[in-house]
Amino acid sequence: MLEETLVLFKNVRQPGYSGDLASYQSSGGYSALKKALKMKPEEIVNTVKESNLRGRGGAGFPTGLKWSFMAKGTGKPSYLVINADEGEPGTFKDREIMLKEPHMFLEGYMIGCYAIGCHHGYIYVRGEFVPAMQRLQEAIDECYQSGLLGDKIAGSDFKLDITLHPGAGAYICGEETALLDSLEGRRGQPRTKPPFPAVAGFNGCPTSVNNVETLMNVPSIINDGAEAFKELGPPNNAGTHLVSLSGHVNNPGVYELKMGVNLKDIIYDIGGGILGGKELKGVIPGGSSTPVLRPDEIDIPYDFDSLAKAKSMMGSSAIIVFNEDTDVVKFLYRIVKFYNHESCGQCTPCREGTNWSRLMLRQFVQQQGTPQQLKRLYRVGGNMMGTTLCPLGDACAMPLRAFLEKYPEEFQAHFAEAS
Amino acid sequence: MNALLPILHLAQRENKGYLTPEWLEHVAEVCEVPATHVEGVATFYTMFKFRPLGKYHLQICTNIACGLCGGEKILEHVEQRLDLHAGHTREDGQFSIEEVECLGACGYGPVMIVNEEYHERLTVEATDKIIDELEKNTKELPEKILPLDRPLTA
Repeated sequence: MLEETLVLFKNVRQPGYSGDLASYQSSGGYSALKKALKMKPEEIVNTVKESNLRGRGGAGFPTGLKWSFMAKGTGKPSYLVINADEGEPGTFKDREIMLKEPHMFLEGYMIGCYAIGCHHGYIYVRGEFVPAMQRLQEAIDECYQSGLLGDKIAGSDFKLDITLHPGAGAYICGEETALLDSLEGRRGQPRTKPPFPAVAGFNGCPTSVNNVETLMNVPSIINDGAEAFKELGPPNNAGTHLVSLSGHVNNPGVYELKMGVNLKDIIYDIGGGILGGKELKGVIPGGSSTPVLRPDEIDIPYDFDSLAKAKSMMGSSAIIVFNEDTDVVKFLYRIVKFYNHESCGQCTPCREGTNWSRLMLRQFVQQQGTPQQLKRLYRVGGNMMGTTLCPLGDACAMPLRAFLEKYPEEFQAHFAEAS
Repeated sequence: MNALLPILHLAQRENKGYLTPEWLEHVAEVCEVPATHVEGVATFYTMFKFRPLGKYHLQICTNIACGLCGGEKILEHVEQRLDLHAGHTREDGQFSIEEVECLGACGYGPVMIVNEEYHERLTVEATDKIIDELEKNTKELPEKILPLDRPLTA
């Protein structure tokens, strides 16, 4: 029986838990902040580094390492910006955090700000998450009222303010440099790197952009230590993570699981198996940007490195399951349509590639496909990979190519001559 | 200028949900940036609208997870029920429909946002019930959920 391992959601799973400051504190909340404020900032960065915490936004970059890249001695303020622009199709765990346990995230955020010397935190929340923003703002207000935010947080000498900033409906603003441009009041278009945000990010100042769930892990790392965190997963894939399970399963939802649990078990055990007792046709393992896995490829551990070995990605830990009745061509068309809509337009391979892929796939949906068009689709996908300023081009190309490679019979069935 | 997006949200809210050239110029004055910059920013983001919306703006997700659970059927049903295509506002100004991308509630799909409220696990029957209430004007929708009428920092 696969069960949740509750660290992040240990309170959320208690019936009747309100998530307000009093309830969070009565279960030990903000003890990590008080402990951290007595440590040296570098100690905190080193502890997070030792814990092997990897970013939970999709890229899985080691968090402590990212923090250690922050440029020092520039004379400019440092910023820790939160990416709450949860837009990767299939992912819905950050919204749950903001609605159900905002204080554990805020505590981790405050510790992170202290660790890198940020005195004004910005949380960039996607514009559609109005109820989640309201809940988060209530939690922030509670912190101000009780002295956990402000001029001297939790009785220390550290000043910290937090501002919520809404997005306005652009998936691309989940990319860190596009997010920073949007935060600066511009069109959310990714920047060339270098300079990296750690040198020149928000308003030209050293900046680290981190996901909501990433920071939510910090209190337990401070309280229980780096080693305890590492034990919750295979080597180099530490901790628990919030898995978003959706699609044709009986029990969709967010589950907190140790890294490295078997992917098949997630779907068939805790996920309750395929809806309606149908057969599985495929699984998108890490959000729509990740290469699809066929049913014979899912008997693997669910962690960053194992998915990479399987030539896919764990990404934002968003598992989308689809059954035997799914028209794969129409499914892929919808995926590519999404990337085409969200492309910011700067780079020709992405702007044109997502558009032409969409139009070619539409021909297949309309039962007008040809073998030449199939080859062309594959080539256009390849031209979008590694040729763009940001990974959106890759994010379209990877599922496109994976579906073409793994389900050729479905595309052939949509040839004009097949009908 | 860093506050441009929140201020555009505020401006849109003041003008019943959409922006006009006059409002863009006003925002430009307030933020002390060129009006062309404001227009460039506003037109980039899908949440900024430039035509009147209905009193009730229905945003229905048809992206892949909601799509697998019947999101497109919900959209079709709403279009038929209101005799209105996505991307349009009904002549009497009561309703407008928008087909949108992933709303970040995928495990509870199909999902629809009515003004700023999330409605999840939709079926055709549940959707009809929501529209019934809206048509009777009996649904209480909070005017301002986001506390934007307060300083951006505490």
